[in-house]
Amino acid sequence: MIANTIELEQAQERFMGYLARERVRILVCAGTGCIANGSLAVYEELSRLMRERGDLVDIELLQEDEKRAGSAVVHTGCRGFCAAGPLVHIEPAGVLYTHVRAEDAAEILEATLRGDVVRRLVYRDPVNGEPYTRPEASPFYRKQKRQVLDHCGTIDPEHIEEYIAGGGYQALAKAITTMTPEQVVQEVLASNLRGRGGAGFPTGKKWEFARVQKSDVKYVVCNGDEGDPGAFMNRSLLEGDPHRVLEGMIIAGYAIGASEGVFYIRAEYPLAVRRIRLAIAQAEQMGLLGDDILGTGFRFHVQVKEGAGAFVCGEETALLASAEGERGMPRPKPPFPAVHGLYSQPTVINNVETLGNVAAIIANGAAWFRGLGTEKSAGTKTFALTGKVMNTGLVEVPMGCTLREMIFDIGGGIPNGKKFKAVQIGGPSGGCLPEQLLDAPLDYDSLQAMGAMVGSGGLVVIDEDNCIVEVARFFMDFIQGESCGKCVACREGTKQMLALLTKIVQGKATMEDLDLLEEVALVVRDASLCGLGKTAANPVLSTMRYFRDEYIAHVRDRRCPAGVCQAFRRYTINADKCKGCTRCAKACPAGAITGAVKQVHVIDQDKCAHCGACMDTCRFDAVEEI
Amino acid sequence: MHAGALRQRELLRRVSRALRRAEPGPAATLALEGTQVEEKLVNGKPNGEAVSKLVDIERIIARHGYKRSELIAILQEIQEEYHYLPEEALNYLATALGISPTTVFGVATFYGQFSLDPKGKYLVRVCNGTACHVKNSEKIYDAICKKLRLREGKVTTSDGLFTLETVACLGACGIAPVMVINEVVHPQMTPEAALTIIDTLMQREAETMTALEDR
Repeated sequence: MIANTIELEQAQERFMGYLARERVRILVCAGTGCIANGSLAVYEELSRLMRERGDLVDIELLQEDEKRAGSAVVHTGCRGFCAAGPLVHIEPAGVLYTHVRAEDAAEILEATLRGDVVRRLVYRDPVNGEPYTRPEASPFYRKQKRQVLDHCGTIDPEHIEEYIAGGGYQALAKAITTMTPEQVVQEVLASNLRGRGGAGFPTGKKWEFARVQKSDVKYVVCNGDEGDPGAFMNRSLLEGDPHRVLEGMIIAGYAIGASEGVFYIRAEYPLAVRRIRLAIAQAEQMGLLGDDILGTGFRFHVQVKEGAGAFVCGEETALLASAEGERGMPRPKPPFPAVHGLYSQPTVINNVETLGNVAAIIANGAAWFRGLGTEKSAGTKTFALTGKVMNTGLVEVPMGCTLREMIFDIGGGIPNGKKFKAVQIGGPSGGCLPEQLLDAPLDYDSLQAMGAMVGSGGLVVIDEDNCIVEVARFFMDFIQGESCGKCVACREGTKQMLALLTKIVQGKATMEDLDLLEEVALVVRDASLCGLGKTAANPVLSTMRYFRDEYIAHVRDRRCPAGVCQAFRRYTINADKCKGCTRCAKACPAGAITGAVKQVHVIDQDKCAHCGACMDTCRFDAVEEI
Repeated sequence: MHAGALRQRELLRRVSRALRRAEPGPAATLALEGTQVEEKLVNGKPNGEAVSKLVDIERIIARHGYKRSELIAILQEIQEEYHYLPEEALNYLATALGISPTTVFGVATFYGQFSLDPKGKYLVRVCNGTACHVKNSEKIYDAICKKLRLREGKVTTSDGLFTLETVACLGACGIAPVMVINEVVHPQMTPEAALTIIDTLMQREAETMTALEDR
């Protein structure tokens, strides 16, 4: 139990002392990506071997026995380098191993205790094959600025002691013992911190609206409903450093005069839910959360609510409805949640990453934060870099970093020597940007001007093998399914846009359909109630703006330049290779293939359904695509 | 409202009152007997199973303090228990919370997580988020569909072993394309790799069946 600021500092020193008695610290990444690749087995094996040597310690052991020293094996949150998982990091040597299997554990252990390195497991740059013993020198990490993700991969997220040892909860102590709520709001306002969930509204302004409301009950809600397909920054932060987000929330609560906090986290993230629940319980036990925080009389309680699988609940008013147990349907604003929010009380809703920035701003000051990033977009931003790129994973860069640096320097470019086509940014609400815009800076305002948005920060790289119209159709299919159905523009508009896009990829559209698609898109953008509908047309509008040629190729030339759309595929049978085995004729669902046994078969192009079943079934590679 | 439905609601109301008074466990079942409603409770089917189901559900609702705002959390726990939302559970829940069944069904059908149909022993979810999609996740889905002979919108195999679904995004995009079976994430899938995994599960099930028959 930590009763005041002095005790917090003492606790920090004590916990640092425990960690200092760890001679070797082996950090095994236990983010969802590495777990899927088998990192838990690696962790178990390393722990087992270390225990056999009688050298294994953990924070509880170090706490119980003041003389004990040894080596620790801990699991951490996501280090970001999901493509190369499972990752094992050795401290203090600073070595990073990639693609580690349980069988490698003994070798790693031996080498580490000898002060040596296992060369074959060291990370190699996928582009030039060069080995990097120290990860921070590698192209993937070099241009990053891991500020919010600082602890992800370096501390054990399931132990509050490690967070406190790193200076955790000091910002909370500073805020509630040396600053008035108004000063806290002013500091955040002066830092230029903008909402990290998409729209980029100044966080300080939001807090100020809620602060000035007169009410006995106010709420802080953390929006952890990261529904954008292709985004996992918030999941990684919640899993890797839950206390940082929790500390941010408690400071927000103090600033606006709230006594209740709610984490709304999507149910697809079970590990994040578990870790944040654990963090809350630990903070309560330490007296950093509860009825009398650090002896100041400030009272704050936090609960967790799980989403139930609805994309629209990322929209703040829909999220509130869902948190109250209703259907997640948005309502018109105003009144804004700051005035009329959860259970009709003043409420601040902040994204996970926004809250993740708060503690550092209070600790280091607004000027420090403004020194990161660009003038209008201060600080850093986390991105999920995925799709057709060498290094997929979680990335954090200062705002204003260019897309080219992101994709080609950090991401290592496109695999298999393919050509870059577009980058889809900001999820289904964002847009597809082409090659010529790669040098534009990544910040709120430039992206908006290009018809995209930061969104929550998903970056999906698309190469020449992907059809841009099909990608637009994919997003529309998603949005149409997720439209809550409350307002006509979104409910009917997305349906019509999907029908038109389907018509295009099926080769049945006319040039008039393209104009109609654009017209419907603009109406949906202008007439929808909430953010989901207002941005639903972005994938269509941005692809039509930058890749109109590809749309025209589908409509006028009846051709899919990427060779993806089934309707435009043409198959033929190579007479030299065909043995007349009749397999393809039997497999053809359209009855388009004719030919007698041991005779060359022929495809009737008028009957052909372009399904490719003949090609899949032929044993002699006689079916060819033209 | 139909007379039969009215009667059923009245029964459920009495059950709810009785259960709320009683301690959970055997006492609750006794309380139910006191109200003499265990017969014809659910669609006229007399059985102890239905009663114990309601006792379980009552326990879940009680844990959430009979709060309307906890509706989603209650539904999640019921689904965790039964792997779907049984109709009688929803009717009972509405009665216990004092809200209309329409509201409960409205919420249950709004969210993608909830299912009103029973699911297979293995819930296979193929991610079709953007990152997985651009890496050809649809081919994985199609291959499994074919393998499990799921046609015309059917999602569960007739032996009740497999349910196949797509999911918008599991946030594991760094290792796309992914497939999740129950809680296990399988990274970097190809149609062939996915079929091998399904095959293994089918084989395991077949072996268990034979072992049972041998006994």
